[in-house]
Parts: sequence; C-alpha cells; structure tokens
Amino acid sequence: MDSKIPSGPLADKWTKHKNDINLVNPANKRNIDVIVVGTGLAGGAAAATLAELGYNVKTFCYQDSPRRAHSIAAQGGINAAKNYQGDGDSNYRLFYDTIKGGDYRSREANVYRLAEVSGNIIDQCVAQGVPFAREYGGLLDNRSFGGVLVSRTFYAKGQTGQQLLLGAYSAMNRQINRGKIQAYNRHEMMDLVLMDGKARGIIARDLVSGEIERHSAHAVVLATGGYGNVFFLSTNAMGSNVMAAWRAHRKGAFFANPCFTQIHPTCIPVSGEHQSKLTLMSESLRNDGRIWVPKRKEDAVAIREGKLKPTQLAEEDRDYYLERRYPAFGNLVPRDVASRAAKERCDAGFGVNKTGEAVYLDFASAIKRYGKEKALTSGIKNPDEATIIKLGEEVIEAKYGNLFQMYEKIVDQNPYKTPMMIYPAVHYTMGGLWVDYNLQTTIPGCYAAGEANFSDHGANRLGASALMQGLADGYFVLPYTIGDYLSDDIRTGKIPTDSKEFDEAEKQVRDRMEKLMGGSGIHSVDYYHKKLGKIMWNKCGMARNAKELEEAIKEISNLRKDFWENVKVPGTIDSKNQELEKAGRVADFLELGELFAKDALHRNESCGGHFREEYQTEEGEALRDDKNFKYVAAWEFAGEPKDAKLHKEDLVYENIELKTRSYK
Amino acid sequence: MVDGKPNNEQRTTNNYITMKLYLKIWRQKDASSAGKIVDYTLDGVEGDMSFLEMLDILNEELISKGEEPVEFDHDCREGICGTCSLQINGEPHGPDRLVTTCQLHMRKFNDGDTIVIEPFRAKAFPVIKDLIVDRSSFDRIQQAGGYISVNTSGNTVDANAIPINKHAADEAMDAATCIGCGACVAACKNASAMLFTSAKVSQFALLPQGRVEAVERVQNMVRQMDLEGFGNCTNTGACEVECPKGISLTNIARMNREYLSATLKG
Repeated sequence: MDSKIPSGPLADKWTKHKNDINLVNPANKRNIDVIVVGTGLAGGAAAATLAELGYNVKTFCYQDSPRRAHSIAAQGGINAAKNYQGDGDSNYRLFYDTIKGGDYRSREANVYRLAEVSGNIIDQCVAQGVPFAREYGGLLDNRSFGGVLVSRTFYAKGQTGQQLLLGAYSAMNRQINRGKIQAYNRHEMMDLVLMDGKARGIIARDLVSGEIERHSAHAVVLATGGYGNVFFLSTNAMGSNVMAAWRAHRKGAFFANPCFTQIHPTCIPVSGEHQSKLTLMSESLRNDGRIWVPKRKEDAVAIREGKLKPTQLAEEDRDYYLERRYPAFGNLVPRDVASRAAKERCDAGFGVNKTGEAVYLDFASAIKRYGKEKALTSGIKNPDEATIIKLGEEVIEAKYGNLFQMYEKIVDQNPYKTPMMIYPAVHYTMGGLWVDYNLQTTIPGCYAAGEANFSDHGANRLGASALMQGLADGYFVLPYTIGDYLSDDIRTGKIPTDSKEFDEAEKQVRDRMEKLMGGSGIHSVDYYHKKLGKIMWNKCGMARNAKELEEAIKEISNLRKDFWENVKVPGTIDSKNQELEKAGRVADFLELGELFAKDALHRNESCGGHFREEYQTEEGEALRDDKNFKYVAAWEFAGEPKDAKLHKEDLVYENIELKTRSYK
Repeated sequence: MVDGKPNNEQRTTNNYITMKLYLKIWRQKDASSAGKIVDYTLDGVEGDMSFLEMLDILNEELISKGEEPVEFDHDCREGICGTCSLQINGEPHGPDRLVTTCQLHMRKFNDGDTIVIEPFRAKAFPVIKDLIVDRSSFDRIQQAGGYISVNTSGNTVDANAIPINKHAADEAMDAATCIGCGACVAACKNASAMLFTSAKVSQFALLPQGRVEAVERVQNMVRQMDLEGFGNCTNTGACEVECPKGISLTNIARMNREYLSATLKG
C-alpha cells in the first residue's frame, strides 16, 4: 500500500507537500467538475472551498437540506491546539494525544497535519460568524475532553456541531447563490461510475420523483459519514448509511479497519424494544459529572427494584470506579476505557436501571462546588445549602442546559435533582474507506473525507476530534490535494454521460432496486435491520471473541440471503418510497457487517475500541500486539464480503515511541 | 428551580400503561394529488415511546397488512436536525413545549385519545407526500444572504484578535440555535417566516464580523422571504410559543430595526 506520505521531518511534511504538488490555474478550474456526496462538515466544507477556488461543484445529500447532515448532532466541541489557556498545549501535544488516544493505530503524518491546521479552523469559523462560547473578557472559552491533560476544546453550548455545520452551510449558500454549487438535496448516490479505472461520476436517485439520474465529474468526493447504523441502534441519524462508501468499495476502493468502532460511554440507556435510536449525552458532561455505581450489590438490586433512590446512598457506599481505577485521568479517561469500565461494572451486577445496563453520572458535587463559588463572587456571605444548590444549578444550566433538557424529555427524570443514568452506545466509526495522504481512495479520482475515511483516529477517537477532522479535511486538506490530481484533467473536457459505463451502472442500479422490490414479501426492512443490529451488538460489540465472531459471520451471511429472498418493500420504484430507500441501505449494511466481523476476527489483539476477550492484561486492560498488528487492514472486495482480500499498510512511528496506553 | 420545567409527579403516571389511540392522519400520494384524512387505531402504545416511534409501529402494522406506510420526515431523532415536522392536534410539534416531534413522548397523551396528524401547512411549504413538505424556500432565504462573505482559506486574523462582548456572543448564539424546522411558519396564521429569517439576521447583526454586510444581508433575505410567498408578521407571537428552540420575538424586532435602517441608508 502506498500511502504517499511526503518525505522530510514530520513538522515540515505538509508545507513541503503543498509546495510540491501541482496547481490548476483559475481559468482551467472553470472547466473542471467535482461531485461531493454528503454535505456534513467534511462535504459541506469541501464543496464550499472547491467552489470558491473556481471548480464547478455538484453536491448530493439525502436530507432535504445540507443543514441537516448529522454533523449537526455533535454536541461537546472541537479541539484546536491554540494554547489560549497557556496550559502547555502545542501542535505536537495534540498530535501526540491523538495518536496515543487512537492506541497507536493511526498514521503519524496525517495526524500531525490535522493538529497543524486545527488552529486555522477556529480562526476560519470565527470569521464566518460561528458564535463560540466566550469569557467575560470577550475571548474564546475552552473546556477539557477525555484522554488529554489540557483545555483545548472550543464549544458553542452543547451544540457545537450544529454551529460549525451551519457555518459550512452558510459558506455553501454563498456559492450556491453565485451559481458555483448546484445542490441536489433529497438525492441519494446509488453507485459510482468508473471510466478507464477512474471515478468519473455517480448514479443518483431523486428521492422525491424516484427518477434515476446520471451525473459526471472529473473527481468524486465521498463525505458520507460513518456506518454506525450497522448496529441498528446507535447515536447516528436514522438515515445515516454506508451506501456510498460501500458502492465505492465494491467498485475497487479498499475498506480499512471496519472493526474499529467507537462505543461512546455516555448515552441514554435503552428503554425498550420499540427504541429506534440512541441519544448521546456529550462527553463534556464528564468535566463536571462523576460516574458511579453502588459499592454493594444489594444496594444496586434495591435501586433496580425501585426500593432505594441513588440520592439516599451515602458517599462511602458509592463506587466512583473511574476515579478508583484511573486516578490520573479519573472521569476523563478516553471513551473506549470508560465504556469498558461501565460494561464491567454492569456485567458484575452493579447496573442501576431496570435492565441492569446503566451507571450514574452525578452532578451533585459539581452543583455544590459551583454554587459556593458563585455565592462568593456574588458577595453572599455564609450562604445556606439551598442558596448554594440554587446558584450551582444555574451554573450547570448555563453550561449544559440543552443536554439536561434533552435528558429530562427522554427519561422523564430531573437530572438536576437525581443523577443521570447512562450506558455506552455505538457512536462513531474510526474505520472507513482507505485513503492515502492526499485523501484519495484506491480508485483514482475518488476521494473520501471526514468520518467516511479511516485515516486519523486509529482504533479510538478522542472527544471533540471528529469535528476537527471533518473541517480539516474539507476546508484545508482536500482542496489542495485534489488539485494535484485534477491538474491532469485540464484538457479532458466535460465527461459525457451517454457512455457504456454510465449505461451499465444505471442498469445495475435499476436491477438491484427491482430485485429489492421483488422479494417474497414476508418481513419488513426494519425486521432485518434489527436482527442484524442484535448480531452486531452481541457478537461484535464492546467485547469480542473468536468463537462469536465466527458465528456472526455465518449468521449475517444467512440473514443476508433471507433478506434478499423475503424482504417486503411496498410502493413503487418511480415515486417517493422511504421503505425502498431503507432497503437499499440495509442491503449494504448486511454486507458491511460481515466484513466488520471478519476484520475483528483477524485482528488477534485488543486495541482502542476493538477489545478481544482473549487479549487482555490481568487487570482487564487492552493488550495490544505491535509485533503482529501494527498495520492498517485494508480489505479489497472479492465477491462475498467474507472472501475480501487483506492488504496491509505498515504503520511507521518515527516520532512517537510505542507504549502501552496508560491513564492510571 | 429551572423555569418552565413541568411537574414530574404528574407526568410519570402514564409511563407504563399502554394506550389505545385513534389516529387521524393526512394521506396524500404526491404533490399533484388531493389528500385526505384517514383513520387508524393503534393499540399497545407505551409512554416511553417517542411520537415517531409510535408512527414506526403503525407503519410496521401497515406494511404487514400490505398497505403503504405513512411517510414522514425525520432523521436525527434527537431534536437538532430540524427534519421532523408534524402538525399534531393543530400544533407544530404537538402539545409539549420546547421540543421537536421526535422528542415528544407518548406519556404526554392518554389512553383513548384521538390525535390528528397533518403536515405543516403553508403556501411556501408544498406537500410532497403524506406528511412530508418541501421547505427548500428556507434554503433559498439563506442563500440570499445568510452568510458572511469570507473565503474558507483560513487566512483570516487570529480567532482571539477581536474580543466580542460575552452578552452579545451569547445572544448571537441564542439566535443561531434555530434548527430551520418551519414550526414558526406552521404556527402563524399568516404563514410568516419572520422568526426564521430574523434569527439569522440577528445572529450576524450582533457580531462585529457580521456588521460589514448587514445592510445588504437584511434587504436580500427579506426580499427572498417575500418572493417565496410567506405572509406578513402581525405580532401574534404564536411562532415564539411553538418554536422548539425558544427563538425569541426580539429577533423580529431587531430585524425590523435592521431593515428600517438599511432602507434609510440604502
């Protein structure tokens, strides 16, 4: 695998690369078309920037507006090595934390570049009018996230993703107004079209009319997010899917590290079988919330049966297990560590809700701490308990009000008065399409950006790094690197869509949809999706072992066969049909899930979010095997997912010494 | 304690009782067909379900009976994307306050209730199918000027070079939390989009970065709003009441001031 990492010292690679690559002159850019699929942070940012540069851009999103891409749901913040707090932050530290947080399974050069451009993102977003939180002096405020010892996270209440996405959306709107972006909303990419081995366009479906359309371009950017919905229940949006990436995979793009999935520790627990999705409670809450379960099992049982309230349990009867196990990082250990620790306590019988799958996230001590401080600064001498709590609750509301409100609406309990209940849930996928340093997949002219690629987070992503990566890829990386590729296309001229390649791709898309409609009609799409999700959660979830992974591969393969024979899709192809949309997406999840399990089975080590029960230390921590698995697993499609061919990209660490990750 | 929080005791009573509901749902094949209300009865609804999960169950039943499911817009199901858009018993996003339809839970309803479910109604929001409407008019208002004209090159000043008053920044943030769902339009008897448009105008009007183009922005956005066929504002305040994000009417006042001063300058 040629990752095309530039030579030279780490800190100079990106600058040197930008100086070495080819440019396209402004007059020629007007003759070049680029398709961007997905309009979240990565896609929206890329589309806006490419259009500003002068390329003709077409964007595609399944939502009714680019503003609704699921980046919008990111809550906590965005990292940047600004060192505004003077707490010793630097590009190197952000780079180091990200590599370590990813459990030494990401590429040094990519991650350093990410850290290097992170400061620019904040400058850019402020210039666009993104209303980040500020201090009374008028400067930007920061907070801390898991796995780091500095405050480098910028935020806009608990709606940072929303504000950054609206920033990218506004930049897109400016280009739409100028006619440089044509936005195809309520459109889904159904397949990638290759000509002479290069990506030259897509087949899309207008989700309103059902019409199949052909769109050509000189390059195609996939910024279509992650595949967490393979688990059915996740924090992803209902429509989030892997179709675009999977279609590209089937056409030759390698899929990297599919088993690297992030199970986020602080989500609202599942309430019943009717559940359609899970809701995240931002990691920023771990700045102030303390995680605990009862020390004694009988107390946990009493709480589950409703005979005891958490607030009645004395301090010494509580087990703040993260603070106990990881004194250095405490409640702010990385996500994979926090999730496994919650699972360990619940599996041992200390869970605190009906299902036994929940732990507490408690704000009582933060409320008191803030209340006392607020009383002091407000000039209240000897405040009583009630005043302290009232003031403290106001501070907490100002910081996390929208999250507390969301929690109360869903769970019907008041988190100011009783601790929140949380449990891990599928949140983010570190794996994705394999890309080189230029973000190009193994198909020339097909690029992948944001969560859709695999490049920066290794086996575990740190909090507030997804927004950083999406915008870095879209605003500051791809617009440079794609120019190098497109510089060969200045004489190509418009790509025609009346070619045999487009004919063939369109026919395949139609045949596939007809096949989906032609099932015997026994079970709904959701029936299969839920079944797949159960297999994935039980056998490819927070803890995995060889036996169950082998079972999962067989079960998914059988389920896929059953799906294609018996799925029931009502309605017609040539009209709005949400069931048909879902069917196409689930069909691809049924293939991806199998590759996911195969990847997890082949990786005989534990690292980051990939925890194999066979490979753990005596204390139950992940046991990495750098001798045999210090590589990116890039899978080449070969018919059935289980027959995929493995390619290895060795990860070279020249600037960081590989260590056992410790947060103790 | 925190204002506007409903009484907990009252609300938990419905939690684990299953309900039987009588649904009256707008069905419309496509934009060019006429629509009508169709009756459905749904049993076994639990209080912990969200409103959309209740509709999921109805749809599973319809599919198993060989009928076409009810189509409705939804995506994040956590109240932030602004996709869901139902008019429930005459109110956008239903009877609860400060929530979108996806965050409305069935514990807000009682066994035996009749629930009327319609799409958002406005001339500028034509129905696409069943409960789905076309809100691209909102996008076009934003395209007319809802941005600051800086290139995304990153070659700007350091983010801390311009200190911004915390109160102004917080107020800009409050305006910026609009999710573009269209509840304000659906709530308004004139189908006015003033709250939506003014939220974006306000966000930028409150920030020094946004002042540079303030005159053109408000004029262009208001012009587009009128072109799309949204109605006028008659200060009933229904939009503010129904807004799931609590966007304040003061934004409309601010936009009016901005518009007036832009017109005088212009």
